[in-house]
Amino acid sequence: MSAREVILARIRSSLTDVPVGVAPERDVPVAWKYAQAVDVGDVLGSFAQRVADYKATVVRCAASEVPDEIAKALTTLGVRSVVVPTGLEESWKDAVTKAGAHVVVDSEEHRLSHKELNDTGAVLTAAAVGAAQTGTIVLDHSADQGRRALSLVPDVHVCIVRADQVVSGVPEAVARLKASVQAGQPLTWISGPSATSDIELSRVEGVHGPRTLYVIIAE
Amino acid sequence: MGTELERLTPAPPEGDLLDSPRFPQAAKTELANHQQRTNLRHATTTIRNKRARVVGELSNWQDLRDAGEAIKTRVGRHLDEYLLQFEENFTKAGGHVHWARDAEEANRIVVALVKDTGQEEIVKVKSMVTQEIDMNEALEAEGIAAWETDLAELIVQLGHDRPSHIVVPALHRNRSEVREIFLKEMGRYGTPPPDDLDDQPKNLAGAARVHLREKFMRAKTSTSGANFAIAETGSLVVVESEGNGRMCLTLPDTLISVVGIEKILPTFDDLEVFLQLLPRSSTGERMNPYTSVWTGTTDGDGPKNVHVVLVDNGRTNVLADPEGRAALRCIRCSACLNICPVYERVGGHAYGSVYPGPIGAILNPQLRGTDSEIDRSLPFASSLCGACNEVCPVKIPISDLLVHERHKVVEAKKKDPPHIPHTAEPQIMAAAAWVMDDHRHLELAGKGSELGSRVLGGLLGWKKIGPLPPPLSRWTDARDVPMLPEQTFRDWWKQNRETKK
Amino acid sequence: MTITAPSAATARPGAGMKVALFATCANDVMFPQTPIATVKLLERLGCRVEFPMEQTCCGQIFANTGYFDEAVGSVKTFLRAFERYEYIVGPSGSCVGAVRHQHEMLARRAAGDRVGDRVAAVASRTYDVSEFLVDVLGVTDVGAYFPHRVTYHPSCHSVRIAKVGDKPYQLLKAVRGLDLIELPNAEQCCGMGGTFSLKNPDVSTAMAGDKARNVASTGAEYLCAGDNLCLLNISGVLNRTKAGVKPIHLVEILAHSEGDN
Repeated sequence: MSAREVILARIRSSLTDVPVGVAPERDVPVAWKYAQAVDVGDVLGSFAQRVADYKATVVRCAASEVPDEIAKALTTLGVRSVVVPTGLEESWKDAVTKAGAHVVVDSEEHRLSHKELNDTGAVLTAAAVGAAQTGTIVLDHSADQGRRALSLVPDVHVCIVRADQVVSGVPEAVARLKASVQAGQPLTWISGPSATSDIELSRVEGVHGPRTLYVIIAE
Repeated sequence: MGTELERLTPAPPEGDLLDSPRFPQAAKTELANHQQRTNLRHATTTIRNKRARVVGELSNWQDLRDAGEAIKTRVGRHLDEYLLQFEENFTKAGGHVHWARDAEEANRIVVALVKDTGQEEIVKVKSMVTQEIDMNEALEAEGIAAWETDLAELIVQLGHDRPSHIVVPALHRNRSEVREIFLKEMGRYGTPPPDDLDDQPKNLAGAARVHLREKFMRAKTSTSGANFAIAETGSLVVVESEGNGRMCLTLPDTLISVVGIEKILPTFDDLEVFLQLLPRSSTGERMNPYTSVWTGTTDGDGPKNVHVVLVDNGRTNVLADPEGRAALRCIRCSACLNICPVYERVGGHAYGSVYPGPIGAILNPQLRGTDSEIDRSLPFASSLCGACNEVCPVKIPISDLLVHERHKVVEAKKKDPPHIPHTAEPQIMAAAAWVMDDHRHLELAGKGSELGSRVLGGLLGWKKIGPLPPPLSRWTDARDVPMLPEQTFRDWWKQNRETKK
Repeated sequence: MTITAPSAATARPGAGMKVALFATCANDVMFPQTPIATVKLLERLGCRVEFPMEQTCCGQIFANTGYFDEAVGSVKTFLRAFERYEYIVGPSGSCVGAVRHQHEMLARRAAGDRVGDRVAAVASRTYDVSEFLVDVLGVTDVGAYFPHRVTYHPSCHSVRIAKVGDKPYQLLKAVRGLDLIELPNAEQCCGMGGTFSLKNPDVSTAMAGDKARNVASTGAEYLCAGDNLCLLNISGVLNRTKAGVKPIHLVEILAHSEGDN
């Protein structure tokens, strides 16, 4: 017998107390109500505040002001080169150039190497979902967010979240992301910059992921 | 040491965890380490206060715990169906599924997969199951270097040490110890730390960033565990903080995930329950910095070859005990360690396993059986204070299971006395049971000890009972015990109430 | 049930109520002053107290050490002694907790469901003194007077097994003259844990030492708890370190009235 068969047989012989032929959902019902909104009051306001709690920079602005805010962010952070995914809104890409930084597009034709990414100052992406209660941003790596390495290797992540992407909490976020997962897309949930508490439980922002997270909320 | 030079990675301490001394003996050694006791107290106090704060923010926390309990109970009772569903969906998404009956088989699979890539090193995401199966040493023996990339695991690996905690494995070390380890060892295995490294956590983390970035940039193969494996979609989930996980899951060409068979969640929707329970219970945060979800392979993004090794290694033993099965609900959050008064004083090493604390005390004897001294002593490594029950996010009745496991150890002791070092305990318990079976026996025994106590006390002029003989000396070595009273309550009742009737 | 809240010692909320005292074996033999105080307090509140002589032990010393078969005799004795009573009251959160939490399991294992059901029914009528006073009699002010600085250790089993909640605090706060001082890290175990203190003496001593230091830091004259074995453990260390804090059971404070010394 293969290991697979052996393990499955062991499991079945361990579960003789479980009635045969009963659907799992009927055997053990779960009383939880899924995909409910959680009470956070002002959703957008809480989102901004909770993201900022993780020591990320948060800016709220009108959708039309996003390019200006991008330029401002890059200037403030002193970033010289910025990698952008192919699907990013053109006016946002242009904002990078306007800020005097060099735009590097990661495309199917030209995938940046790990080293090239490592040598790039920042990454600029959109997002898929924001969750207010936990201050979480989720990327589903659609064309305006790029592949996973983009938002990982450069030391600065400037992320634009649209107001209509922000939900109350994790349950609503999971519900919104289901389609992406079913389509085979990976997800990256980001709550503040990379951090560790491994030394004396003292929180240090910035280990391997981007040490600076700069969030622009477009209303 | 001559042998160390031949190694690719820092050598762990000598010896097999299963050969660890009985818990009480190991605990005595650990208790004598005063620096460690200070570190442990500081760390556990900090983390449990953080947990209490963020758990307090959720008004539906008890409902979430009920949901977590129910979902994981459902998984346990239908594990075969869910594993097959996971296998089908993970495979459909371009991944490869392997099954391993035990540690040895799991390691053999991983070694072969790494060798197929032609690589001589891997980067690792922190994972409990790869520690459980001692994967690093199996790879080392085959000429493959496994680099731990979680900061705490790096501290442990470079320190020739063992993890002492599930989530914060270097909890027993303070900043100056970490600095010493980095200065002494880092340069031998890659980028050295700066010469002027001080003991600020920020700078220590900075040194680790530089040291590991070199390894991330060149790594072609990585291994991970998984916090959750979703049957419905065939997705794997890793919950982490530092981004080392994302590096390992994203940059290499080949990713091998070693996953215990109990890690299943039925549906993607179930994640909403566990992504609320886990971070709050484990690090006391509303949400951990990074969570990665992947489903097989994705064109143009991340590893091209994705494997999962589904590991039994004793889990079906746990499943076979309908009561003990609850321990398989564990999501490795460590809340029970952080609240445990025994763990707080002793730390993780005394438990002789990668699973320390209350959960380890019930899980290890079930996973590994009770043939070893350490596993027989673990269910007794608790005062049964019950603090762990209240913080467990999936409501494992830990103290009930401790008692359940104690019963199993006692039954084995009764059945097979030569197998287990002989003690008079069963006889003492039998005698005491006789006393309690009938109040007349109790009265008789009460008279005996009362008399003894009074005669001795009178003769020696004691106001308290002096040092008692073993095993009671274990008590009186540190405490004064008052003399027994002159009259039992029973006698008082007879004199003062019964006569009135 | 009508609950009236008496404000003075003259109130007799337990009038006409028959209560069986579950003294517990440790109290019977080692700490008779506690069940005596329980009798006096309940009688003062109007209850008619009976002490069924057949009683012995809750059996947790056996069950918690893994000796399930050996615990069965205690469970049966408990059933024999108390089945005929509607209210069974004991001055120990730990022993009452064991009756409510373990007896049914032990009885079902050993004697099947019929006995198990009977045992479960008796267990559900078994109360820690603090619960009986607050929940059944509906009193928090029992007319006690105790002009001393007191700190309270909520024993693990009273809090987490019997789940008496804040009832002991409610009762203590209503005691005249009593100055209740908060105990730092109150809910952490003192390290007693029955045979734990013998099987893991070094860890137990470390825990007891920390608890004793916390107690001493309060400057209290008395350390109060609802379980005498915890008090024995903590005061054993306190005496050794000459901290000068005296142990006292909750019920002994509640039974203390103005006329007493």
